[in-house]
Amino acid sequence: MTTAALSPTTLSKAALFEAKAVKTSARRNRLLSLPALIIIGVFGVLPLIIICVYSFLAAAPYGGVQWKFSTDAYLNFLFQRDIFDDTLQFTPDFLIIYLRSFLFAVVTTVICLLLGFPTAYFMATRPPAQRNWWVLLITIPFWSNLLVRTLAIMFIIRDEGLINNALLALGVIDKPITMLYTNFAIQLGLLYAFLPFMVLPLYSSLEKLDFRLIEAAYDLYATRRQVLWRVIIPLSKPGIVAGCLLVFIPALGAYVTPLILGGGIHLMIGDLIAQQFGSGRNWPLGCAQALILMAAVLVALYFYVRNTAGKVQHG
Amino acid sequence: MADPRAIDIKEQPGFRSIAIICLLVLYVPVLILMIFSLNSGSLITHWEGVTLSWYGSAFLNEEFHAAARNTLIISVSATIVSTICATLAAIGMTRVKPWRGLAAAFMVINLPLMVPEIITAVATLSFFALIAGAFGLNFGIGNLILAHTVFCIPFAYMPIRARLEDMDLTLEYAAADLYATPWNAFKRITLPLLVPGIMSGAALAFIVSFDDFTITQLVAGPGQTTLPLYIWNQIRRPMTPEINAISTILLMVSILFVSVSFLIARRRAK
Repeated sequence: MTTAALSPTTLSKAALFEAKAVKTSARRNRLLSLPALIIIGVFGVLPLIIICVYSFLAAAPYGGVQWKFSTDAYLNFLFQRDIFDDTLQFTPDFLIIYLRSFLFAVVTTVICLLLGFPTAYFMATRPPAQRNWWVLLITIPFWSNLLVRTLAIMFIIRDEGLINNALLALGVIDKPITMLYTNFAIQLGLLYAFLPFMVLPLYSSLEKLDFRLIEAAYDLYATRRQVLWRVIIPLSKPGIVAGCLLVFIPALGAYVTPLILGGGIHLMIGDLIAQQFGSGRNWPLGCAQALILMAAVLVALYFYVRNTAGKVQHG
Repeated sequence: MADPRAIDIKEQPGFRSIAIICLLVLYVPVLILMIFSLNSGSLITHWEGVTLSWYGSAFLNEEFHAAARNTLIISVSATIVSTICATLAAIGMTRVKPWRGLAAAFMVINLPLMVPEIITAVATLSFFALIAGAFGLNFGIGNLILAHTVFCIPFAYMPIRARLEDMDLTLEYAAADLYATPWNAFKRITLPLLVPGIMSGAALAFIVSFDDFTITQLVAGPGQTTLPLYIWNQIRRPMTPEINAISTILLMVSILFVSVSFLIARRRAK
């Protein structure tokens, strides 16, 4: 309370000076954001605009684009032009890959939530010292190299991997079960990759849980199940929504996991897009596919914003 | 009849087992990968004995050297540039009166977090192909440094901004009261208090750059192999435990930097 000891004049003088200092530095300070905004603007936002333009151009035969307006990229997404009579034929190949990826992402999100919620709740109810260790243990895989972690899954599910070797040694099976390069492998890899992405936002929401409300619920003769479904889960909704989004968006656009565990046989959207820039040599198609994925992500973000905005309004 | 208060109100049945299962699921595959880096056999699946020779052969491998050098050049440059930009931006967006476009600026900073990596990768590839074709501009490894800087900025920005928001403004006001110029107040008060935030942000920027695979793979030109790209090239050949050794080194780097960032953040909380 040092300000209370100051005389009114010094106080007002100080306040005046402070207001002036804050104001002048405020004008200059906003310019400090410029370097970051320029770098992201030029090398992050501009490239996104370029792929929007590219998606309306014709493909050059050896990769790249020809500066000629064309909607072929979007037509090719759903149709294939017949070489002989030039009619469009509905080809759902790409659509199927999108729907498969969507399904993978949904299953990943649901299973991560089912495993992640109890984990995060358990973490949040530990004594503080223990809690820090749990958070560190979940944070490490969150930031660890995804390629290496996916490789670790590959090692244990290979035909000569640990799981098959163990089952063979125990005599449960007499020839290895093929797990690598299957849908199962991709699903397992996605779960493994994104589980920490679910646990951490859930934890930061559950950590702030007011346990007096739970006590009140028990005082009012609620059962454990009722406390969970009618008190804890509704209160942690922001964390659940954030966690689901943090898993769903990267799972939908996953690239590394299907590349290594799907072996090029089972594709997801990410590999499909990369393919157009590699062996496919159809950049406009790749750009169109990327923008369709982006649209799906924006829909997910829209639901998130609507959900959280509603939360703030209702207090 | 049991006293209802005898139950632990925080307890939910089965949650402890699920938490322990999650931890095992997250760690067992990675631990197996690490253990097999010590395998004296040349197969990655049959255990024959303990040796450190795979680390030795990795350290003597020229390709590994080149990849490690590229990775360090890219991540150190991207970390320095992105941390400076993020620090300036965090000050420019917290120590100001709300300005028109502040919300939009915040969205731009966070944009790289919201766009799926594969989209950023092909967009950046298209961008560099365009400027190479139209203006003959190619920054060589600078292309990768710029691409990495973009997605490192939001990671560096988050802890720095959090630190600025938690900071007690009284000290800054006191400095202004004592006729410190805004620059002096910043240099002597704000910056020293901000250092933990900057360190933690730089550590996160370094990890995400060091580990990046998707964007690097699409943007990298010939001779720009980084460690994750080197691992990817090795996977497609017959594998020896050398790949486990290199993977273990990468994991150790991540663990080191996460722990540093974590400990700095924890000290702040105390």
